[in-house]
Amino acid sequence: MRAIAIAVVLALGGNAALAQDTIRMGTEGAYPPYNFLNDAGEVDGFERELGDELCVRAELTCEWVTNDWDSIIPNLTSGNFDTIIAGMSITDERDEVIDFTQNYIPPAASAYVGMSEDADIENGVVAAQAGTIQAAHVAESGAMLLEYATFDETVAAVRSGEADAVFADRDALVPTVEESAGELAFVGDEVQLGDGIGMGLRESDTELRETFDAAIETMKADGSLNDLIVKWFGEDADIYE
Amino acid sequence: MLPACTDPATLEGLPWLLCYLTTGKHLSLYWAVGTVLLLLAITAPAAMAFGFGGAVAARSGVLPLRWLGKGYIAIVRGVPDIAFFLFFVIALDQGIEYLRHRIKCPDWDQPVRQGSDFLVCDVAKMPLGNAPQWVHETYGFALAVLTFAIVFGAFAANVLYGAMRAVPRAQVETAEAYGMTRGQTFRRIVVPQMWTYALPGLGNLWMILIKATPLLFLLGVEDIVYWARELGAAKTSRFTDYPHPDWRVWYFLALLVFYLVFTRLSEIVLARLSARASHGQATAAGERLRRAGANAGPH
Repeated sequence: MRAIAIAVVLALGGNAALAQDTIRMGTEGAYPPYNFLNDAGEVDGFERELGDELCVRAELTCEWVTNDWDSIIPNLTSGNFDTIIAGMSITDERDEVIDFTQNYIPPAASAYVGMSEDADIENGVVAAQAGTIQAAHVAESGAMLLEYATFDETVAAVRSGEADAVFADRDALVPTVEESAGELAFVGDEVQLGDGIGMGLRESDTELRETFDAAIETMKADGSLNDLIVKWFGEDADIYE
Repeated sequence: MLPACTDPATLEGLPWLLCYLTTGKHLSLYWAVGTVLLLLAITAPAAMAFGFGGAVAARSGVLPLRWLGKGYIAIVRGVPDIAFFLFFVIALDQGIEYLRHRIKCPDWDQPVRQGSDFLVCDVAKMPLGNAPQWVHETYGFALAVLTFAIVFGAFAANVLYGAMRAVPRAQVETAEAYGMTRGQTFRRIVVPQMWTYALPGLGNLWMILIKATPLLFLLGVEDIVYWARELGAAKTSRFTDYPHPDWRVWYFLALLVFYLVFTRLSEIVLARLSARASHGQATAAGERLRRAGANAGPH
């Protein structure tokens, strides 16, 4: 009993340090080139570099945390981390639950990829990552939606024949298609979805949102954001004018 | 990383594999195995403590205590593990933060719940927002251990409750005839003898506990299942020095072997413990041991 009492006292009263200046950046770590874990097991990718630069400009100390895509919004709102920086498209539906900064990637195309260019994307089976704008789009189209927890699994489903095609951000699909040695191909036309990709924050964290908003603004103004986009997504990627 | 691994593209065969298996990411997988073993090492005794407490409470002569013990067993046993895990960890986490919030920030005038946000003042955060990542991970792990202990404690309580009642009435009566108090009878007669009845049930629980450890993944602890999925997924050469196709099947096969070896070892240990607890007992197993000993003759 005494041990429990002590534990409770520690839990309730321990370390009264003030000053919350570490910002916990929540990401998925499974959506290259936006964010992924490198060979050393650390968060890497476009958003890692962008996030670190934003934190430098905003004079914040930032720490990276990985979280499943499925539960990334609930974990933000319950305070397990302070931002979502995980290739999340700005949509009205999400905006009701959390707030977004201005976008740091312009509204980008989503695309279909199949084993051949004539894969049936209209009436066939299309794989998409659960809880993404792409999944919502497939559900509204005539195709049969097959949802997976990670991006990797959606591509694996196409390779194994479970799905006729995968529907995802074009920028995420490009490296996969290029490295497949002709096995995978883009199918049909690109589709414009969402209002670009932004950082997600709690609705009550207005001050932090304004801080990041300003930092993104400076990166847009001096062209460093465009450089970063070209570096990670290639010359063909959409950049800011 | 080994020094020979600086340029993996030039390697082939075994050296490549050795380098691949020693990347920082793979070390995380090996750490995760340690996490699982640590979870078991802490959870098993903790669950036994909860179980023992629950069983004693359920047998108690004091009515509220008996209700508490029986209520604990009935509620936790009756709820699906996953539902309990998902609910309890969030409730516990927010409960602790809410209590700290009330104690540390009495002047706070905003509501704790604002829309979908759960907001407590900064000093009430658990762990603190500026705590290093390992503190967050340890805290998450501790919540997981507590939840496992409570869930498996309820099952252990039921097993121990049954085992205590299975101790032959004659043993207890004899103890009473010798003038032992209720407490003495319990400590000296019931507890030492109940193990032979409890062990099969507890052994089962242990096996189920081993197999339930991938539930850690649900609680946000990056366990071996998380890393197996992450490492096994197809990798293109642009984002790693070790590109490979979809290898998930091999990683999950390795997990399967790991769990199978572990449960097999557990079975062997449990069989030995069981033989030891049966020694001198008025049960079929105890009788077999006695006969085997008698046939061996005097030493």
